[in-house]
Amino acid sequence: MVALSRQAAPTPTGAPAAENKLEVRDLTITYGKTPALSNVNLEVRANEIFGIIGPANSGKTSFLRVLNRMDTFTTGMKFSGTVYYEGKNLRSWRNLYALRRKIGVVFPLPVGLPLSVYDNVAMAPRLYGTQKKSELDELVERHLRRAALWDEVKDRLHALGSLLSGGQQQRLTIARALSQEPDLLLLDEFSIAVDPVTTMKIEDVLKELRQEMTIVLVTNLTQQARRLADRTAFFLSGQWVEVGDTEALFTGNVKDERTRSYLEGRFG
Amino acid sequence: MLTKLPFRRSTTGDQHRAHDALDWAWLTDKAVGVLVFVGGISAIIFILSVFTFITRQGIGFITDTMEVGEFLTSPAWRPTSDENPTYGAFALIVGTASVTGLAVLLAVPFSLGAAIFIAEFAKGRVRETLKILIEFLAAIPSVVWGFIGLSIMNPLIIELFDVPVGLNLLNAGIILGLMSAPIMTSIAEDALKAVPDSYREAAEAMGATRWQITWKVVLPAGRKGLLAAILLGVGRGFGETMAVLMASGHSINIPDSPFDSVRALTASIAAELGETAVGSDHYQALFTLGILLFIVTFVINLTADLVVNGIKKR
Amino acid sequence: MFESTELNRRNARVEKSMGFLYLVMTLILITPVLLILGLLIYKGAPHLTWEFLSTDPKSGMTAGGIFPALVGTIALVLGALIASVPIGVAAAIYLSEYAPDNWFTRIINLAIINLAGVPSIVHALHGLGAFVLFFKMGTSILAASLTLAIATLPVVIVSTRESLAAVPMAFREACWNMGATRWQTIRKVVLPNSVSGILTGVILEVSRTAGETAPIMFTGAAFFLPFLPESIFDQTMALSLHLFVISTQVPGVPEHVPYTVALTLIGIVLIMNALSIGFRMYLRGKKKW
Repeated sequence: MVALSRQAAPTPTGAPAAENKLEVRDLTITYGKTPALSNVNLEVRANEIFGIIGPANSGKTSFLRVLNRMDTFTTGMKFSGTVYYEGKNLRSWRNLYALRRKIGVVFPLPVGLPLSVYDNVAMAPRLYGTQKKSELDELVERHLRRAALWDEVKDRLHALGSLLSGGQQQRLTIARALSQEPDLLLLDEFSIAVDPVTTMKIEDVLKELRQEMTIVLVTNLTQQARRLADRTAFFLSGQWVEVGDTEALFTGNVKDERTRSYLEGRFG
Repeated sequence: MLTKLPFRRSTTGDQHRAHDALDWAWLTDKAVGVLVFVGGISAIIFILSVFTFITRQGIGFITDTMEVGEFLTSPAWRPTSDENPTYGAFALIVGTASVTGLAVLLAVPFSLGAAIFIAEFAKGRVRETLKILIEFLAAIPSVVWGFIGLSIMNPLIIELFDVPVGLNLLNAGIILGLMSAPIMTSIAEDALKAVPDSYREAAEAMGATRWQITWKVVLPAGRKGLLAAILLGVGRGFGETMAVLMASGHSINIPDSPFDSVRALTASIAAELGETAVGSDHYQALFTLGILLFIVTFVINLTADLVVNGIKKR
Repeated sequence: MFESTELNRRNARVEKSMGFLYLVMTLILITPVLLILGLLIYKGAPHLTWEFLSTDPKSGMTAGGIFPALVGTIALVLGALIASVPIGVAAAIYLSEYAPDNWFTRIINLAIINLAGVPSIVHALHGLGAFVLFFKMGTSILAASLTLAIATLPVVIVSTRESLAAVPMAFREACWNMGATRWQTIRKVVLPNSVSGILTGVILEVSRTAGETAPIMFTGAAFFLPFLPESIFDQTMALSLHLFVISTQVPGVPEHVPYTVALTLIGIVLIMNALSIGFRMYLRGKKKW
């Protein structure tokens, strides 16, 4: 599939340009009657790290959940507006499983599946059709290395993933997301359960991954966004405040004073 | 330490058609969905089947032979009379009601007491042991209970109360009480356990004793579940067959005292159906008793569910 | 505040006596049953020999053993399991993994509750009307097994659903986020982690089914049939009905015989229960998360 045409598809009128990985138009998210996020308009470009910052309850996580259509299994979650993924409206996907294969997700609470470490990482490749032991071995090692976990678990690949420590489980979760070889990687405050040294290692990996995929990084650490993100959006209490080049935002070049206050640490 | 992946191009719009294909995994998932849905609606199919088939067998009696007034108010259940068979189910209804009533009367206080003890007072190993014992009790088959009524309770009652027959309302009530108590206990215990610990902690912080917490906080908060436990116990007693058949004496009677023998609806069906010809009035009348049992237990179970879950959907 | 005031002492007294009262109530529930079990063992155990289990009843059931009844019960239980476990597990998977939260699902749940509440004798009537007569199976092991299967289906559904629900939601979400379909998620993560719980429920169903009497009375169990059934279209004896018959219908049965049959029946049921409880404790001991 990857070997198909190099050119951008002819864009139908009104549809977004192909160099945008994601285009979000008038996105509003509600849980039952409670609004979580309203009226977001932004683009995520291909092969960039897109940061989303903001205090708790600002709707960052809900935003991520829409991007791979987790609303379909979240009770009460509904969204309106349109999200284009590589030019295609997310609502027009018939096979959402296939969509999710292209999108890796890492959430703040690590989830080691109750399978062996090996099977945790080999699960996605197996699902997508890789069955040969030698290939799987190689994939497992590569993804565990990239998630900075290999050295710690290489001697117990067949221990239960769900019984690793919290930090190890989080890196296992990252390895699993990478094992999907996704086009788009969604990270939600991944560093909460990870120690600072490992966090730095993973940040280095993310910088390299930018060549291969687009990354949306939700973080409560503004400095992490500054270190990693090309562009950054600021969400505040369910409102989308602004989007801009990360460096510009952090050097005070903001359109909205609330952004400046947040970045200077006056609240949140 | 960090290995690079070979560079991969980002995909373009054209490829979505391939990505979005309805592949085998998708198809299998849909197929399994349909398959388990059939399993899911099986319960509906079976409950409808039960109702349809017992109605089908009993409907002839309801439309042709039965007089509703006689059926519900006359105690004369003489289906085998040659000249003038009569089908008064009143004595059977009273029999079932009195046995169930006595059983519930005996079982409710002890079941609730045991549930409170297990949920609020017992700890650790004692609690585990009691729960396992209760589970064992709930597993004893009803025919064994009937046998116990017949061969152990019967002589015991004759001895203790100096009565000629020990197979009577009291015997069946005690047996049925012992049978439904474990069920009521475990449902009631679940209901008490479902009361959030934060309630207990809040009360404890105000200096309440465990007894006060139980009485003032836990019981009121768990009252719906407790009521459901009692209702389900009633439903169980109402539908019980073998034990009642064997322990109640099985004679048609409007009881004056607990030492009178009675006959229950369920027991009548079990005892008489084998001797009727398929399609005869008597046969159909027994199915009509079955319809009555079905409807009453249906209402009891529905009520219990509404008590717990409310009218709105969960 | 921490002084032993009159009120505090009174509270402590009330506390003690109430706890004691509940303990007594619990014991009143349990003790008689334990005494009765003791009596069953006392009267039945000396006669519960291999010979009793493995020979046919003789002299109009007043002598000999219970072999055909034992085999019949096993056949009925197996038949009921074969019919009810696949349906029950499918139903539980639907309710736990696929069913949307709507009125229809609520109706299914109500149907399960009501099916569990249908009196066993009404199940017998249904089995007679549907399987024996309408589907022309005659009084047979097949008809009786199917009747038992419907009567115990709710046990399978409820216990399976509980074991499926015990697998944390986060595991499912993690799989879905990898692009696994619902079925792939069930097969790779949910079922492997609940299969032992499901098995526990099945064992429990065995114990329930083995003791059922009313549902098989008019659908396939025979009062007296001192030889083994040859096919599922034959009638069979069954332990539970045998106990009923020899203790109420047959004169001249020596006192120890029904005690021994009752002990056998209760033995089967309690062993099954002990198995399922033991299994559950073992599972609790080796949690995977």
